[in-house]
Amino acid sequence: MELTAPSNVLSVSNLGCIRGERVLFKNISFDLISGKLLYVQGENGSGKTTLLRTLCGLSMPSAGEVSWNNQKIKTLAEDYYGQVLYIGHLAGIKDDLSAVENIQFSISLSGYTVDREQAIGALEALGIARCADLHTRVLSQGQKRRIALAQLWLQNHPQQMPLWILDEPFTALDGNMITKLTQHIETYVNNGGMVIFTSHQIPAFNPLLVQSLQLGDA
Amino acid sequence: MINNKISTLSLMSRVFMRDITLAWRRRSDIMSVFFFFIIAASLFPLGLGADPKLLHAIAPSVLWVCALLSCMLSLPRMFAADYVDGTLEQLIISNQPTLLIALMKILAHWVLSGLPLVLVAPLIGLQFNLNVNELQVLALSLLLGTPTLSLIGSIGAALTLGLRGGGVLIALLVLPLYIPVLVFGAGAVNAVSIGMSASGGLSLLGAMLALAMVFAPLTAAYALKVAIE
Repeated sequence: MELTAPSNVLSVSNLGCIRGERVLFKNISFDLISGKLLYVQGENGSGKTTLLRTLCGLSMPSAGEVSWNNQKIKTLAEDYYGQVLYIGHLAGIKDDLSAVENIQFSISLSGYTVDREQAIGALEALGIARCADLHTRVLSQGQKRRIALAQLWLQNHPQQMPLWILDEPFTALDGNMITKLTQHIETYVNNGGMVIFTSHQIPAFNPLLVQSLQLGDA
Repeated sequence: MINNKISTLSLMSRVFMRDITLAWRRRSDIMSVFFFFIIAASLFPLGLGADPKLLHAIAPSVLWVCALLSCMLSLPRMFAADYVDGTLEQLIISNQPTLLIALMKILAHWVLSGLPLVLVAPLIGLQFNLNVNELQVLALSLLLGTPTLSLIGSIGAALTLGLRGGGVLIALLVLPLYIPVLVFGAGAVNAVSIGMSASGGLSLLGAMLALAMVFAPLTAAYALKVAIE
């Protein structure tokens, strides 16, 4: 089945967030279109994670709006959530499930099914296929991280999953894996995907694809 | 490759089955609550001595209070583990309403903590000199009442997520709300033992279940969204 590349717009207008007495960020506006990466930069505590959580609908902004194709994400709710793949700080991996079970469940939450072979295929791409049937309790932090990232290898069709929101996707990964993930993200973006990510490492993406957003007073 | 879509029903059953699988892999957690009920309820006949009349008179309330407490003990488990490892976030931003996800988790909680009580209570009731008719009503009242306990409890469990000392707070929040269930649950069994019909109490339990079914998942879903912010 041939699918045309999607053209979506995520627009953010005057977004602000207050936590307690502190203004975390304010007046953030940008438009992001399919085929672009948004690199959110800022010091620790500058509100990167909060911004990302707001963009995927987990946190409510104190001011401003987030819209997906000119409709507010608050109104779209589940219709929007189904189009976003969010990988946060917490890996979202169950210790008592195997790697394959974890992947299958995560994918079903975004509304799709994958069979065992597909899940193992993704684990192979990440070099952890031998852990497929182990309970993730026995795995290292980096390995758990890779299981969470395996979703990126299964949800890499911008037609199905047009937006990835990745909070520090490169943490706990080794150099080899970082290169591989960078390339994978770039391929997805070239196919018409939209990615928002934070990172403290300067990633080696094609500068033409990247749009930057600086949080805090730098 | 293009993945296949999954239906709402199938996703709901997956959420349910995941909780059952996880509980099965940590059997000791469910077993401890189950045995708490058995032991707590068995302490009364041992402590009060062998006065069949007295035991018979207190049986409905004792069994119901023990069911209430053991249900409450298992409440923190409903969402806490998912909250800690980040799967709760993923559940909330899934492409299905949080309401349905919460409902499935509540159902799983009842199957794991309420249903075993319904099944074992008649056996425990024997220690209290209850007759067959009373045992039947006891089981029936628990069958109608324990789902309400899980439903109401889910609100408390969701509201106390991430709070320190959440366990005690759940008790303070939820136990007062359990009172009507206790009154009519124990009341139904009491009615039978004095020769009246249990249908009044049982109908009210059913009505409370219907009411809780409508409002509790909605409230719990909202509380979960607040908790993860």
